[in-house]
Amino acid sequence: MILELSNIYKTYQQDALEVPVLKDVSLSVDKGDYLAIQGPSGSGKSTLMNIIGCLDLPTSGNYMLNGTNVLTQSDNALSEIRCREIGFVFQSYQLLPGETALHNVMLPLSFAGVPRHKRRAIAEEALKRVGLGERMHFMPNQLSGGQKQRVAIARALVNDPNIILADEPTGALDQKSGAQVMELFKKLNEEGVTIVMITHDSGIAAHAKTIKYIVDGRIYDREEDARHAIVEEEQSAEATEAEEA
Amino acid sequence: MIENIILSMRGIWSHKLRSILTMLGVIIGIASIIAIVSIVQGTNRKLEKSLIGSGNNVVSVSVLQENWEYDFSGGIPSGIPVVNDASIENIKNIEGVVDACKYHTRQGWNQVFYKDVGLSYGKVVGINPGYLNLVEYQINSGRDFAEEEYTNGKKVAIVDESAKDMLFNGENPVGEALEINGEPFIVVGVAKNLNKQQEEYESINDYYMNSYSSGQGQIFIPDGTWPIVYQYDEPEAVAIKVENVKQMQSVAASASDELNIYITNMDGYKYGANSGDDTESLKTLTNAIQLMLVGIASLSLLVGGIGVMNIMLVSVTERTSEIGLKKALGAKRRVIMAQFLTESAVLTSVGGILGIIVGIGLAKLISTLTGLEFAVSIPWIFISVAFSMGIGILFGAMPASKASKLNPIEALRRD
Ligand SMILES: Nc1ncnc2c1ncn2[C@@H]1O[C@H](COP(=O)(O)OP(=O)(O)OP(=O)(O)O)[C@@H](O)[C@H]1O
Ligand SMILES: [Mg+2]
Repeated sequence: MILELSNIYKTYQQDALEVPVLKDVSLSVDKGDYLAIQGPSGSGKSTLMNIIGCLDLPTSGNYMLNGTNVLTQSDNALSEIRCREIGFVFQSYQLLPGETALHNVMLPLSFAGVPRHKRRAIAEEALKRVGLGERMHFMPNQLSGGQKQRVAIARALVNDPNIILADEPTGALDQKSGAQVMELFKKLNEEGVTIVMITHDSGIAAHAKTIKYIVDGRIYDREEDARHAIVEEEQSAEATEAEEA
Repeated sequence: MIENIILSMRGIWSHKLRSILTMLGVIIGIASIIAIVSIVQGTNRKLEKSLIGSGNNVVSVSVLQENWEYDFSGGIPSGIPVVNDASIENIKNIEGVVDACKYHTRQGWNQVFYKDVGLSYGKVVGINPGYLNLVEYQINSGRDFAEEEYTNGKKVAIVDESAKDMLFNGENPVGEALEINGEPFIVVGVAKNLNKQQEEYESINDYYMNSYSSGQGQIFIPDGTWPIVYQYDEPEAVAIKVENVKQMQSVAASASDELNIYITNMDGYKYGANSGDDTESLKTLTNAIQLMLVGIASLSLLVGGIGVMNIMLVSVTERTSEIGLKKALGAKRRVIMAQFLTESAVLTSVGGILGIIVGIGLAKLISTLTGLEFAVSIPWIFISVAFSMGIGILFGAMPASKASKLNPIEALRRD
């Protein structure tokens, strides 16, 4: 087991109001898994991803990542964990606009303390792996959305992480480049990379080996249960509307 | 580190105007410090040179009242005996002394006349055998005093080059008659200071030092004749030649101690070295001015530092998403800290270097405009660079620390 979340709650404090976003979330991922977490907008997907990615800490619960208790770590230790264990792929790519594709990919290597003279070769290798060997010296604004996302995937790969964590990796892409990214994920997973992908799109989720569903901050293993939860949620919303009327 | 420096340079270059405006405070501060220090050091060096040049390793110890050479205008103070031979012997035995010779001197308005031309601020010196040699004067026309003229009260005089120029309009004065304090004297020779080149007043300081040390002309008369013009038992001064200019202060102090033993007067008269002390006190003064001006310039550096802090805070805000991304990708706090500290240190160091260049230019300009000397001080250049770098680190610390503590999710959510 690479990753194990148990009974995670996340509550945001908005002024006097407490907003519960994640409710009793338990989740485990094995090495070599390819998991998709599918859910509608506002269901808490990004919140969950931030917790899995050690960018945020839950209000309560337990989180073991590759044998480390994440909840007891300092800010610097969390940076260290993110650096070695996790490769991030964001919906909006998050490339540094002033740096070439190659330098963007080299960035995490410097944080991991890889000697300068080794960085370039590793980054070049990663860019070749995502099919961008020809465009290493392009600036981000000279690349298409799909190419930018592949640079981001290369950047996620350079430190040999245990997990690739992707939040709506195709969200900003057209059909064709979205399909390319999915192709790449599949290939990487076959090469042994563990992937956790978050999406609202069932078509994208279908590429994963396992799919879990999130509705209103709760995790469901089966689609029917999730559907049921959605219907219930809509009914209760209608009920409150009717009451108000 | 080198990467960070290159990155910072790139950042500075890509925001040229903003960087220059930010650096302005540091540039002005460092430029004024360098300009001030260059001028003050130059002036001090000049003071030292003029001391060496006009005094030629000779320091004079004379009766002072409140640190000023007593001019006898208020009469002869009692309780100050003439210098005895034993004292001269003791002075000659002081470490570093080559020779010593006692003399009388008066400096004042119109005590010497040639026909109706007065020597406005000349010096009359009553000398003993060996004096001219000691102070490195040489007879270059006419003759020296004869042995017996030192004691037989003959009214003969030797004039120096300035007195020759002032009184005789540069004509040969040998054989002419002078009037000193109402008594007629025959000029027998002209003496020239071996060390002094043709007078060149490069600056106001030069002029001051020259007029002060030799007056506007010196008239030498035999010490034995002194009582005829002035009085018996007048306090004397001692000219002391030292091996090394650096010993002047200490030798003058020891010699003064020796002579002060015999003073019984209670009105605050003491032996001391006037001109040497004066150069020191001038240097102390210029150093004090330097300290004060550097203090004022440092205020500009403080303001510059605050400007740097401000722009670094802006930079942190502008680059929130970059910082957030780096933290998300695993950058530790010190990585972010180092990036911003380097940036502000490079910014102020570049400002400091520009300031040094501007400062040297400014010193050169002041020097040509006022005739003051300037000397570029290498240690101060290093101090300035180190100091401006320090300002960058000091005032960059807060913004850098703020950047390093950014929450990556907050930062990533921005766009
Ligand atoms: N910092 C915050 N403070 C208060 N509420 C928050 C905060 N972050 C998220 N939320 C709330 O948590 C809920 C879930 O947000 P989240 O971003 O996880 O949704 P999502 O599933 O990623 O939605 P989308 O598909 O639109 O990205 C939302 O209702 C949101 O308003
Ligand atoms: Mg989201």
